[in-house]
Amino acid sequence: MTSAASHSPPSGFLARRLQGLRVWWTMLVICLEERLVYRGDFVLGTLMRFLPIVTQVFLWTAVFGATSTGSIAGYSRNDIVAYYLLTMVSRAFSSMPGLASGIARSIRDGSIKKYLVQPVDYVGYLLAARIAHKLVYYAVATLPFAGVFLFCREYFPPIPDWTTLGAFALSLVLSFLLGFFMEATLGMLGFWFLEVSSIVFAYMLVQYMLSGHMFPLDMLRGIPTGVAGVSVADVVRFLPFEYTAYFPAAVWLGKVQGAELVRSLLVEAAWVGVMIVACRIAWWRGTRRYSAFGG
Amino acid sequence: MTRYLSIFLTFARACLVRDMTFRANFVLECVTSLGWMAMNLAFYLLVFTFTPEIGLGTGWTKEPFFAFVATGMIINSIVQALFMPSAEELTEMVRTGGLDGILVQPLDAQFLLSMHRVDFSAFANGLVGVGLLAWAIPRLPQPPHPVAILLYPLLIACGVAILYSLVIMLAAATIHLGRNQSLYDFWFYLTNFSRYPAEIYSGPWGGPLRALCTFVIPILLVVNVPARVIAQPLTEQGGMMVAGTVFAAGAALVISRWVFQAALSKYRSASS
Repeated sequence: MTSAASHSPPSGFLARRLQGLRVWWTMLVICLEERLVYRGDFVLGTLMRFLPIVTQVFLWTAVFGATSTGSIAGYSRNDIVAYYLLTMVSRAFSSMPGLASGIARSIRDGSIKKYLVQPVDYVGYLLAARIAHKLVYYAVATLPFAGVFLFCREYFPPIPDWTTLGAFALSLVLSFLLGFFMEATLGMLGFWFLEVSSIVFAYMLVQYMLSGHMFPLDMLRGIPTGVAGVSVADVVRFLPFEYTAYFPAAVWLGKVQGAELVRSLLVEAAWVGVMIVACRIAWWRGTRRYSAFGG
Repeated sequence: MTRYLSIFLTFARACLVRDMTFRANFVLECVTSLGWMAMNLAFYLLVFTFTPEIGLGTGWTKEPFFAFVATGMIINSIVQALFMPSAEELTEMVRTGGLDGILVQPLDAQFLLSMHRVDFSAFANGLVGVGLLAWAIPRLPQPPHPVAILLYPLLIACGVAILYSLVIMLAAATIHLGRNQSLYDFWFYLTNFSRYPAEIYSGPWGGPLRALCTFVIPILLVVNVPARVIAQPLTEQGGMMVAGTVFAAGAALVISRWVFQAALSKYRSASS
């Protein structure tokens, strides 16, 4: 009797909420432990991510060295270096390695069915796993990040005011959510196409270029689209990708200010909302047409 | 040697049959791979809208630089097609114990582990590289010397050998780490240094970095030397670089062999 009572579902709204939080916390702790099992691989992977920026710094130094102008698309050489370093921070929040392919794989091999029969929300579980991943990543990466930023402090403009810092922090949190729900939605295409690796790769390419990870998007202002008065930069602004790399960096560097900053944050939040809905619809529709494979 | 060549051709044939079984996927892989190349080329074109050359007085103006990029595409496509798929599988084999089955085969383990899978779609980038090179060469400020044309394939082979050695050493690290999911990332990040002319690494930090990436991890020799030979006039210094690259390729192969064998001796089976 006592045993049955202890396993009965909690009654009352608060108790159910607490139970949900406890499940979520347990998932977070499990994912943290899983991340720390292969810590050698994780630490090495984290540190290696700093290498591409080194080549970018030297490349743009060489480009500025060969031009007579001290500014390219409104960026000085120091701005460019600071921009690339800041996009690394943005990407530390918005990049979701293995998320879409992992979802598609679990659909393909049938392992996703355990989430269908358990009282666990799959998207919530993935979100907890990703937060755990990021927490371990930040724990490992904070020191190297701080070292690199300290070393490169001369490239940065003075530290922005508190309002800008707050906007920067908010843009990072939103970029995490946007990156997560975009990739999760992409992974759920696996319900319709069993193999999504090529789609994921194509998305990665587009994302890499149009997010501003490759270069500041302001450089596209001079590139015409063929439509009078419309540059490639104007088109890119209509897409969500810039919020996953360019936008937080631009906020810190003071490239987006005032009413434009507020408008951009609202648009970013709206994109997060759109992607949450898209992800939920994909999950809902996908699980209704799903046929399990595997034992 | 003939036996190994015959076995490799059998592997390659099996992979081609597999790729052709899923033709749509093969075409899609080629297209996405070409998409990555197109994106990089677009970036370089964007860079050249702001500058006439990469580094003042380096000679890497648009056409020579695109010959440089083409050389990199050819070398990377060969490595990605022939060695990377097998090396990536090794990382999972170590973790799951699948490596045991390879080690009991009556063949050289390094050969089996590094060459049993061929990704034919990766050759698409190499073909684009050849096309880009064919576009760039007639537009170079000076046509390549006949000796340079003869040296070019040899230096491409040296570049492939250096990258292969790097892949093997990174794969060997898997055995120590237990898991090396980031193998492809490591390779990408390290080879990133070879994607641009060595002249960009200058100044108080660039100089030592250039020396490190030339003499310790000879990653800067991989693309720079063949590209310089074909795209810029041959000089005495260029001759020394050619000799250095041939030596570095040989040394890299020997060292990577030693590292791989040493790592295998530390392997403890993960299977039951």
